[in-house]
Amino acid sequence: MSEAATAKVFKPAPPVDRITVKVDGQVVVVPKLSPDWQGKLVPTTMIQACEAAGVTIPHYCYHPQLPVAGNCRMCLVEFGTPALGPDRKPVTNPDGSAVINKSPRPAIACATPVSPGMEIYANTPGVKAMRQGVLEFLLINHPLDCPICDQAGECKLQEYSVEYGQSATRFVEAKVHKPKAVDLGPRIMLDDERCILCTRCIRFTRDFVGDDALGIVNRGSYNTIATYPGHKFDNNYTLNTVDLCPVGALTSKDFRFEMRVWFLRETKSVCPSCGTGCNLLIGSRENRIYRYTPRDNPAVNGPWMCDAGRLDYKWIARDDRLKDARGSRPEVRTWRDVLAELAGRLRPATAGSVAIVASARLTNEELYLIRKLAQRLGAATDTIPHLGDGDRLLVNADKNPNTAGARLLGISAKPAGANLNDFAAGIRDGLIKTLIVFREDVTRFGLGADLLGRLDTLVASNVLPNETTKLAHFVLPGCAPAEKRGSFTNIHGRVQRITKAVEPPGDARPEWEFLGELLELITDRRAPATIEGLFNQMAGEVPAFHGLRWAALGDSGVTMPLEPGK
Amino acid sequence: MPAVEHRLILKHADTPGYTPDLACYQRHGGYDVLKKALALAPKTTPDGKTLSPQEQLRQEVTTSGLRGRGGAGFSCGMKWSLVDRKSGKPIYLVCNADESEPGTFKDRQIIYKDPHQLLEGMIISSFANDVRLAYIYIRGEFVEGAKILNRAIAEARAAGFLGRNILAAGFDLEIHVHRGAGAYICGEETGLIESLEGKRPYPRIKPPYFPAVLGLYQCPTIVNNVETLCHVKHIVAMGGAEYAKLGTPNNTGTRIVCLSGQVQRPGYFEVEVGKATLREIIFDPAFGGGLRDGRKLKTIIPGGVSSKVFKAGEKVKLKGRGPDGKETVNELDVLDLPYDFTSLMAAGSMSGSGAVIVLDDSTDIVAALANISTFFAHESCGQCTPCREGSLWMSKALDRLTHGGGRAQDADYLAKIADNIPGGRTICAFGEACSWPVQSFVGKFKDEFAAKGAADQARRQNNGQAATKT
Amino acid sequence: MTFAVPANLEAEIDELVSHYPQKRSASLMVLHALQDHFGYLTPAAMEWTAAKLGLQPINVLELVTFYPMFRQQPVGRFHLKICRTLSCALGGSHELHRQLCAKLGLDAHAHGAQTTKDGRFTVEFVECLASCGTAPVMMVNDDFYEGVTPQKADEIIGKYTS
Repeated sequence: MSEAATAKVFKPAPPVDRITVKVDGQVVVVPKLSPDWQGKLVPTTMIQACEAAGVTIPHYCYHPQLPVAGNCRMCLVEFGTPALGPDRKPVTNPDGSAVINKSPRPAIACATPVSPGMEIYANTPGVKAMRQGVLEFLLINHPLDCPICDQAGECKLQEYSVEYGQSATRFVEAKVHKPKAVDLGPRIMLDDERCILCTRCIRFTRDFVGDDALGIVNRGSYNTIATYPGHKFDNNYTLNTVDLCPVGALTSKDFRFEMRVWFLRETKSVCPSCGTGCNLLIGSRENRIYRYTPRDNPAVNGPWMCDAGRLDYKWIARDDRLKDARGSRPEVRTWRDVLAELAGRLRPATAGSVAIVASARLTNEELYLIRKLAQRLGAATDTIPHLGDGDRLLVNADKNPNTAGARLLGISAKPAGANLNDFAAGIRDGLIKTLIVFREDVTRFGLGADLLGRLDTLVASNVLPNETTKLAHFVLPGCAPAEKRGSFTNIHGRVQRITKAVEPPGDARPEWEFLGELLELITDRRAPATIEGLFNQMAGEVPAFHGLRWAALGDSGVTMPLEPGK
Repeated sequence: MPAVEHRLILKHADTPGYTPDLACYQRHGGYDVLKKALALAPKTTPDGKTLSPQEQLRQEVTTSGLRGRGGAGFSCGMKWSLVDRKSGKPIYLVCNADESEPGTFKDRQIIYKDPHQLLEGMIISSFANDVRLAYIYIRGEFVEGAKILNRAIAEARAAGFLGRNILAAGFDLEIHVHRGAGAYICGEETGLIESLEGKRPYPRIKPPYFPAVLGLYQCPTIVNNVETLCHVKHIVAMGGAEYAKLGTPNNTGTRIVCLSGQVQRPGYFEVEVGKATLREIIFDPAFGGGLRDGRKLKTIIPGGVSSKVFKAGEKVKLKGRGPDGKETVNELDVLDLPYDFTSLMAAGSMSGSGAVIVLDDSTDIVAALANISTFFAHESCGQCTPCREGSLWMSKALDRLTHGGGRAQDADYLAKIADNIPGGRTICAFGEACSWPVQSFVGKFKDEFAAKGAADQARRQNNGQAATKT
Repeated sequence: MTFAVPANLEAEIDELVSHYPQKRSASLMVLHALQDHFGYLTPAAMEWTAAKLGLQPINVLELVTFYPMFRQQPVGRFHLKICRTLSCALGGSHELHRQLCAKLGLDAHAHGAQTTKDGRFTVEFVECLASCGTAPVMMVNDDFYEGVTPQKADEIIGKYTS
């Protein structure tokens, strides 16, 4: 998906046929064909034309990234088409305008193609009455339990009730009762009474994921979303159904009952769990992260993200986070003192005596500063690849979020990790006397405790403790991506910003901050004090980033050629 | 001139000694029309075009004016003309034998008594449309009907009317019987297609899924009713123009009318379309023979339970043209309506599947509508909102009303629910089917609904006062 | 006990599957065949069907719970299905239902299918059986009975009880 989407950036758009239609009297020109959920060009629909005209059509089942179902009927609109005379030519009024034949029947905007001269009436009393009718039908069997519903605040039933709802129900019959708190799978709960049977969840898992796990059992008003008894809804994308569910039927076990959504602050960022870099929103309140939700970026992840990435935030709040900067002696414990002592050790180092194991979990800006540090010290650098399982959808086998950045900045060896053997040999032979490690436990990658014990200086920067930080003479506590700003370059060369959502614990600081200070202490030259300045300096200096500006990255990033010059 | 039966489709079905086997069918001229169709040569028209045998057959059907006998009355020739013949994909023919509109039992007669007639109609229709694989979707409850059709298919195959190189004409065709399992919605052609694909029979949205273009397996597909396909045989036998002389203009041919309810002689009658009035069908001794036990007519459901009811004594206005070509408006008693597609539609209802249900003056009209609404609530597939929720809502309200829980406002309450369902708000015509009866029953018998609700309400109040006193 | 489909039944099912360009189409036919043989559709039967047709079991459960002719519970040896819909109701189907329930010791007011304690008879109302001209009508297993007067109903029950 992301590959195809990325390719789009470079292909010139083919010329498009256009259609002129009217939406509520407003002329709008739309392409004759528009991409469907799979990107295939199909006739542009009314709902797309309305969107182009800035007219919002309420809907439940329609989702631009899913096959069209047309079942909720909320998007019904009235419309007309130009009247044709016996000669098949449009009939005109005396003033030259086209005579419009109003269709006696409404049409669902989500599935009905537009045609030249069509007029869409999206806000007539008739259309509003139809929406009221649909909403009433959706609510008669609904439990109306908003006060205890997790969807409250981001519920489409609530939202449209403001415009089309009635203050009192005329329904006096017994409601249909359906299963509550159905355990669909390890991460998803279902309340069938809240479900409006829009089938978004079914279509998503069947058509997008390829896991035909959900279905509808029973018939008519008794229709119920279900898995096959004993089968769990358990693929790596299940939590997207919670986002897709327009009502409170599908909820995340991780998030439900934890926080009312309207208290959450949403911060735009990027998932650091693999090389794809899905765009996300960090939902936080009072310095605690409650959830990640995907943020639509057609060039990367569309509106989706994987469950693993979505739930990969708990470690940020772990109690054993590294909170204190530490120097070689117990009395050295403020950042100023630690960095001063470290600078004192590094400044006289001879070329080749320092090696740096950086990390493709660091941001471009941080790796840029490490690059400068390595250049000053004459240090060899590398990163450690972390490979796992990938899939054909969003998950990349590369579990580092910034492998491309580390490569483009010249931090990684070719291939990444190839220098580690040389580092081991250098330490063993006494040539390498100082090793600086970022966000890794090198004891698991051939640089065991015995080897590390031979070093004069071992510096470890990390967010969580490990064997390397335990052995280190200097510990520099860093930040989770959610605690700092910066940028990652994803596996396809898309440079995307991450944004700080919460404060780091204790004295932990963004790596770019203390790296800049350390560099200044060693070189007597100030590094830019802001991420913007740092990024722009990097873009001017490093060929792979030429032409980029921080501001231009925007919320959705910019794709760079992975092999500059080609 | 009094109406008489004109048996074309059911010509032999009820003849004593007539059996559903191939030998009997062939003794009565069976498969001769297929032979004629397969022997057609390309024909050159006066304007120099060459028409293939298939094109000639399709043209005959268009000329005949045949309208579908399943319920909608859509032109069969038009339906065939919409088939996408350039897609390169196979074209499928599906015979809709799901006969499930309450009141209808005509296809049963054909299938059980004269199955080869249906097969011959299907083989000719398949040939005319370049179909190589066809299905008969038969309702699951016709257990014996499916067996009869399977036997007939085996016989036809053995005799060279089905299979490879039929009658050495280079035409291949297989027909398979597919059984439903008790779902009215499978009579809707796209629901039927989904069911035939092994899915829940959820009707498809149109656009884009018009069967003629994107039908079975997303291939062009023709879905025709049993009776319709039988007519094709007779059209080819007689010639379209000759066939069109039967019946009345725009309502050609014969059709089987199913009469049930409180009449002396319920049953099926094949008549020329529009040549019998509702009065004749219900009261003529040769047809329904009038009501039972000296009862009076109260209501006519003219085209299956989904059609809007007529009230006895109701006057309807029909537009026509006088001898001078000027438009005329003819007001007549509903009983004097010719039983055809056009007149019933003009009168605000429909002839649907040809099912006339008669209710006499002993009928509890509220209970009758409750019965119909229970059916629709049970049969709604539940795919789209207004029908899923509305059908059960109406049924529950009517159930309450028939069990003493009525309220004075229930007539309006029902009408308002019903008004939010039809008119294109739903994916398929089931939305109309479930709401039209409610709209028309409540609309035409509002006093009875209101009286029932008010009586219930008054009784509850009295009981409440009585309870307070004690 | 493991679920086993006899070889001849499986051969019959394979033949049915061959009638369709896509295996899934055979779903209803396979389910009919299994229900005819086993009496009702167990989870094992549904899972077998899914495996046979290359489907997920939920795809099959969706059908079994939609179509009223499929059942997940056993019914009596004689399954009486009385048409409930309008023409039959006008023709006396409720009286017929009451009569049969009384005769078999069942509750005429209960909803849904009911089976006698001895497991011989199941009585239920079904929707229109498409023989409205000969109301009231009913089916006993696959056999169809029309114009079922009280006397005829007694005869039918007699036939199955003897």
